[in-house]
This record gives sequence, C-alpha cells and structure tokens, in this order.
Amino acid sequence: MKADGKVFKYGDNVDTDVIIPARYLNSSDPAELATHCMEDIDKEFVKKVNKGDIIVANKNFGCGSSREHAPIAIKAAGVSCVIAETFARIFYRNAINIGLPIIECPEAAKDIDAGDRVEIDFDSGMIYDRTKETEYKGQAFPEFMQKIIKAEGLINYINNKNA
Amino acid sequence: MGMTMTQKILAAHANLPSVEPGQLIEADLDLVLGNDITSPVAIHEMDKMTTDKVFDKEKIALVMDHFIPNKDIKSAEHCKCVREFACRHDITNYFDVGDMGIEHALLPEKGLVVAGDVVIGADSHTCTYGALGAFSTGVGSTDMAAGMATGKAWFKVPGAIKFNLTGKPSRWVSGKDVILHIIGMIGVDGALYKSMEFVGDGIANLSMDDRFTIANMAIEAGGKNGIFPVDEQTVAYMKEHSVRPFKTYEADEDAVYEEEYTIDLSQLKPTVAFPHLPENTKTIDEIKEDVVIDQSVIGSCTNGRIEDLRIAARILEGRHVKKGIRCIVIPATQKIYLQAIEEGLVQTFIKAGAVVSTPTCGPCLGGYMGILAAGERCISTTNRNFVGRMGHVDSEVYLASPAVAAASAVTGKISAPDELGL
Ligand code: SF4
Repeated sequence: MKADGKVFKYGDNVDTDVIIPARYLNSSDPAELATHCMEDIDKEFVKKVNKGDIIVANKNFGCGSSREHAPIAIKAAGVSCVIAETFARIFYRNAINIGLPIIECPEAAKDIDAGDRVEIDFDSGMIYDRTKETEYKGQAFPEFMQKIIKAEGLINYINNKNA
Repeated sequence: MGMTMTQKILAAHANLPSVEPGQLIEADLDLVLGNDITSPVAIHEMDKMTTDKVFDKEKIALVMDHFIPNKDIKSAEHCKCVREFACRHDITNYFDVGDMGIEHALLPEKGLVVAGDVVIGADSHTCTYGALGAFSTGVGSTDMAAGMATGKAWFKVPGAIKFNLTGKPSRWVSGKDVILHIIGMIGVDGALYKSMEFVGDGIANLSMDDRFTIANMAIEAGGKNGIFPVDEQTVAYMKEHSVRPFKTYEADEDAVYEEEYTIDLSQLKPTVAFPHLPENTKTIDEIKEDVVIDQSVIGSCTNGRIEDLRIAARILEGRHVKKGIRCIVIPATQKIYLQAIEEGLVQTFIKAGAVVSTPTCGPCLGGYMGILAAGERCISTTNRNFVGRMGHVDSEVYLASPAVAAASAVTGKISAPDELGL
C-alpha cells in the first residue's frame, strides 16, 4: 500500500473540535462530515484537498473528544494518511479501527512543509518528501495492529476471525 | 516487576498473572457505554458484523445526553436509532429523557460501575470512573461496537505517572483546581498514553465528587485513565449506590512509575484555564487584568454534581447575577436536579437571576442552550476550552471551579469568592 499526495500542514494539539466541530455532530454521514473537515482551523481545507492528499502535524494530533467522526471526516475528505509527531491516544485507536493510515514520525513532522509532495510506503514505514528530496523512517505498527489495518478495520478483523 | 493499580486490573481482566507497559492484551469488559452522538455510529458498525447479538444486555449502557431533549430533527433521528436498538436488544441500562443524566455522573450514581471494573465508553470522559478504583477509558464508536458484540477490547498496557497528594485544600479550592493545576503543570499531552495514578494521604480530604472531577479530566492531560485507591469514602459511596460486588486492587510496593509528582493540596489556589487549551492555567491571584465575561456555565460531567451546585448556591445566595451576564446552571442528573430542588438550591439560583436547565451536555460541547456569539467570553465549569468549543470560533471559554464561575457571574468578570467578602 502506498500514499502519494500534497501536504496540508498544522501545528501542535490539533483537537477533534476543530477537525469536526460539534455543531455538525448531529450527522454521522461520512460525506457530509467531510464537507466540514478542519473547518475551524482551516476554512480553505475542504476547497483545496484532493484525493490522496496528506496531513502533517506536530504533537498530540486529534486530542479531545472520542468522536470517531474526526478520523471519518478526514478519511472521507480523501486524505490518504496523517503523519504527526505524536497522536492523542483515542484518535490513534479510532484511526486504526476505521482503517485511516496514520504514522508517528517526529522528524518528518518537523521538516515537511505545506504544499510538499510526499509519498509513503506503508509496508516499510518509509516517508519520501519528493519536493525536498528527503526521506524518513516512520514508526511501524505492532503486528496485531497491522492485522486490523490489513483487514481494513476492526469490524472486518472480528468478522474474519469469527468466519 | 511490580504492577500499578491499573496494570493489576488489566491483568486480572486479561486472565494473565501479570502485564507490563506496552504489552497488547485483550481484556474482558464489565460495561460498554455509548451516548446519543457515538452510539448511532457504533450501531451502524454493528450492522456490518456477522453477529447481531450483544454480548450481555445488562452490561451495556446507552445514555442520551448530548443533544437531548432533542435540539433538532437530526439529533432526534439519532436518538430514535439508539432507542430502537435498545428496544430490539432489550438493553437494561438505556436512559432517555426523564431518567437520564450526563453519562459520567449517571453511571456511578446508578451503581453501574464499581471498583475493579474494566469499562470502555465511546466518550472521552469515560475516565471519570477511575475515582471509584475502576479502570475506565474512552474509545471510539468502532471499539464500542466490537465491545457490545464481543464483551472484549484490545488495550496497550499503559505506563504510569504517580501523583502523590498531601495536605488539605483550603476554602474555595476544589477537585477542579487540583486537576487544572496538574494539567497546567504537565501539559495537555503530559500523560499521553499513560495512567495517572493518584495516591497519598491528601486523598482523604477530597470528597467523592472532587475525585470524580479529577479523574474526569485525566484525558485533558492526554491520559489513558486516571485512578484513585479505594478508601472508606469509596466503599461508602459504592454501598449507597450499588448492589454489585467490588474488588479492590492496590499498587505493588515496587510498582514502576515513569514520573512522580508530589502536590501539597494546602498550597493550591483557585485556578483558571485560559483559552484555548486546558493547560493555559493561571491561579486567580495571577490574573491582574479584568477578564470581563458574558456568560457563566455551571454544570457538565466535570462539575454538575450536587456538591458543585451547593457551592454555587452558597455564593449566589442573597446575591444577584450581574445585569447582562447569562448564568446557566445544569444539574448533571435527574436525581441531582431533584435534590437541588429539595435543598432549595434551585430557588436560590432562580432568585439570583440564573437559569436552571434539565440535565444535558448542552453548551459544554457547543451543542445548544448557551451557544456563544463571536467575541463573547464564558467562564465555565466544563472541561474543554478549545477554539469554538462553545460556539463561534471567535468566542472564548475559561475553565474554572463552580465557586469561581458563580462568583464571576455576580461580578461580571473572572473573580474569586473572596472578592464578594466570602
Ligand atoms: S458534559 Fe461535556 S464533556 Fe461531559 S460528556 Fe457531555 S459533552 Fe462530554
């Protein structure tokens, strides 16, 4: 599996309230949530994002509420991967459980700038910044989580196990 | 290697003699919780599963609290989806308008969580029940769906931070000030992935309501859970509210902590978190400028319990909310609401010019009932002050205790009760 896209860059502590504000939580439709993704931090995001694009942020990405609507909105907006220095733990497990690839990599999070073209190889955990011509090694998932991601989420993983 | 309270509870629920930080385990669940926002997503996920049975209809709690009584058509449809699911599966602990309350105040009150339990909830403040000596943590809707179907969840065993609490808090200093002080000290990711274990003789000086408030905001420091040891007060609380047997786990002498802090409660002062992060704290005497407010909210799963309302009423008694300020008081459960009426607190609030609402999350997450306009400021006993949390992206939320929120409603600016001569 690979990702290839243009980077949207954010800072520390991007919380779930700015990823998808509560005023839209009366919906759980991914397509509708996607239209408000990142609205309170970056009004331009939904206008500019293309399928395959990548979000890069600093520490504690996804802190705050447990709303799965946050990774769902990001995934439905077309984002192929989020790279951050660290993730808040509920966001981390939600992303894995719904099959949104995320990678922790402090160096990449620091160096990569908005607008860079970045390629990611999920099998090796390698991140390539094609604009800067640099590369980084992201943290690989433990085997158990890889199984969930391969099954494209926890529900399929459990279904497969029961089959 | 010795284990912490959290590690012992997790080991017992994974049927393992011991566990260590970083280990991935699958644990049995004593309770799976969801609310009106997260449950519909979980139910939708369950529909994709090959089984449509719940693991135990007694061990699932569905609490309609965020947008109810429903604020609009879409939220009504969400509740309907959950209600139908609850009916179809004959879920024992389904709470809707009339018998609901904010989930994290409601579950302990109904006796659904006791010491030694492992609880997951599709709500980040599920960590509240650590006050009872349980392991409880927030998860997402997919975890909730898997939990409802299998009665199990996967966990990475957390490392721990020890907070040794000593001394006795002074007047007008409450659990809220303790936890805001801690978050200010370690930051919003200071306990990322870790359990926050509270110990020390100072705990005896904290009421159960104080402990619920402290454990509730463990997530605001990035923690996986917060947990208190079980003492006489905990046992008395559980005996009063629950018929379930409980189990007490104590940390081993040689348990390993990644960090240790000692906090002398007697040194703490009323503390306020400035926008837009709970870590932006200042003690009340450090606030030199006048921070003029438009609204004061007293409620939420953090501070909507009876003791919180008593403190607020003590301050508002015989006083009046300043003209132009909206003061909104929200008891967290029906039981607390009734108690507040019986004790005369509601009368005090209304006479003081505050409004009192039926239990709901309401303004805490910018849902309804107290949304802020651009440029407005609110002092609130809730737990998050992120950008746009209570309304417009250009509004501001300041987090504080019920005492400070009530005093500020009277003066119209952020104030300590002392300013009113109290
Ligand atoms: S009161 Fe606020 S923090 Fe607590 S459950 Fe409701 S929305 Fe969440």
